[in-house]
Amino acid sequence: MCLAVPVKIVSLDKKKKTGVGEIGGLKREVRLDFLPDVHPGDYVLMHAGFGIEKIKAEEAKETLELLKEMERL
Amino acid sequence: MKYLREFQDSRITKSLRDKIFRVSGDLPFAVRIMEVCGTHTMNIGKHGLREIIPDNVSLISGPGCPVCVTGEKYIDSAVNLAEREDVIIATFGDMLKVPGAGGRSLKEYPSGKVLTVYSPMDALKAAVENPSRKVVFLGVGFETTAPLAGRVVQAAKEEGLVNFFCFSAHKLIPPALKVLAEDEESDINGFLLPGHVSSVIGVRGYDDLNIAGAVAGFEPADILMGILEILKQIRVREKKVKNCYRRAVSSEGNSFMKAVIKDVFEVVPVLWRGLGKIPSSGLKIGKKYEKYDAQKMLNIPDVDSPGETKNNCCLCGEVLKGKIRPDECSLFDSVCTLENPSGPCMVSSEGACSAYYRYER
Repeated sequence: MCLAVPVKIVSLDKKKKTGVGEIGGLKREVRLDFLPDVHPGDYVLMHAGFGIEKIKAEEAKETLELLKEMERL
Repeated sequence: MKYLREFQDSRITKSLRDKIFRVSGDLPFAVRIMEVCGTHTMNIGKHGLREIIPDNVSLISGPGCPVCVTGEKYIDSAVNLAEREDVIIATFGDMLKVPGAGGRSLKEYPSGKVLTVYSPMDALKAAVENPSRKVVFLGVGFETTAPLAGRVVQAAKEEGLVNFFCFSAHKLIPPALKVLAEDEESDINGFLLPGHVSSVIGVRGYDDLNIAGAVAGFEPADILMGILEILKQIRVREKKVKNCYRRAVSSEGNSFMKAVIKDVFEVVPVLWRGLGKIPSSGLKIGKKYEKYDAQKMLNIPDVDSPGETKNNCCLCGEVLKGKIRPDECSLFDSVCTLENPSGPCMVSSEGACSAYYRYER
C-alpha cells in the first residue's frame, strides 16, 4: 500500500501546489504539497496522487557505482 | 528514470548474491530476516529472491500490509457505516474484500455507496459533489499514507466542508518493530525496512530501536543490497539501521509530511491484527480537527479494545508475526484462495499469503 512510482514532472502550478507528471507516456496531476522545491525535469515518487520524495539521481548514480565496484572485487 | 533499469541488472544482482553467500557462509547459525513492507513481500516473490539466497537465510513477511493489520472490529464498523443511508464510504480498493468478524465486507455494496478511490483527494471531491451525504474516508495506511489523509482533512477545514470525515486506522511502523524485535517466539535477527515509510520518517525515525536493519528500495538489487547489509551486521554482532535506499530516503525524512501528521493526528495505542494492542502505534484525528473525525462525529464505538474474534480458523495473525509461513495455515490453498480469500493476508495484493499464493506455491 506504500507503493510509490517514479514520475517525471513536466510542469508546475505553484499556486495550486500541483504539477503534471509523466509516467509511461501518460500524463496525470500530482499533488506537490509535500515537495515545494520541485522543478520541471525532476523525478518524484508518487504515492496515491501525492509526491512524497524527490528522487536524487546523484545518489542513484553513486549507489550503482558502488555496486559495480563490488562486482570487480 | 535513467538509472532505474540498472537496479534490475542481472550482473549486479548476481554479484550481490555471491556476496550474500560469502557472508552467510561465515555465520554458524540460521538467520531470519523480516521484511515489513507489502511491496517488498510482493517483489521478493515476483523476482524469486527466496530461491536464490542461501539456505541458512530465511525471509519472513511481517506486518507490512496496512489492510492486513487492520482489526476486524474496524471492518465491522465500516460495514455498519455503509448501512447508513446518509453515508458514502470512500476507500482504497484493497479494503473492499476484507471480511469482518461477521464475515461481511464492503464489496457487498454498490459503487455509489462504497466508492473506491485512488487518492484521498478523490474522497474530498466526492464530499463536494454530494453535499447532502456524509463522505467517510477509511484512513488505512502507515506513515507514507497518513500525511495524505491528514492533508485532505486540513483541506476540508480550509474549504469549510461539513460533510467530510476520516475514520482513521493509520498506524506507525517503529512501535510494531519494537514489539517484534523483542518477541522471542518470532525470533527475528534483522529487519528489511520499508523504503517509502522511510522516505517520510527518515533513517532517524528508527533511532529508538535496537535492531540490525537496512532501509531498502524495491528493485532486486535494492532488496539484495539490504539483505547483504543485514547479514554483515549480524556477522559482527552489530545493531544499527543503514540506509541502502539513498536515492529516495534521507536522514531526517520529509519534514512537510511529518508536520502534517503532527498537526492533524494524535498518537494513541491501537490494536494490530495478530500483534495485539501496541502503545503509541496509531494515529487518531486530534482535537483541532475533531469535526472531521468520523469516530467522534458519527459515534463509532471503540475499535481498539482487545478481544479479537477469530474468523474461521484463519491464521493471518500468526503469519503477520512471522510465526508460520502462509502455506502452514490449514486454510491456505484449500478454503482460502485468491478468488475466495478468508483473511486479509490473502485479500490484499501485498499480503504475505497473496504473494505466496501467486509466486511460491
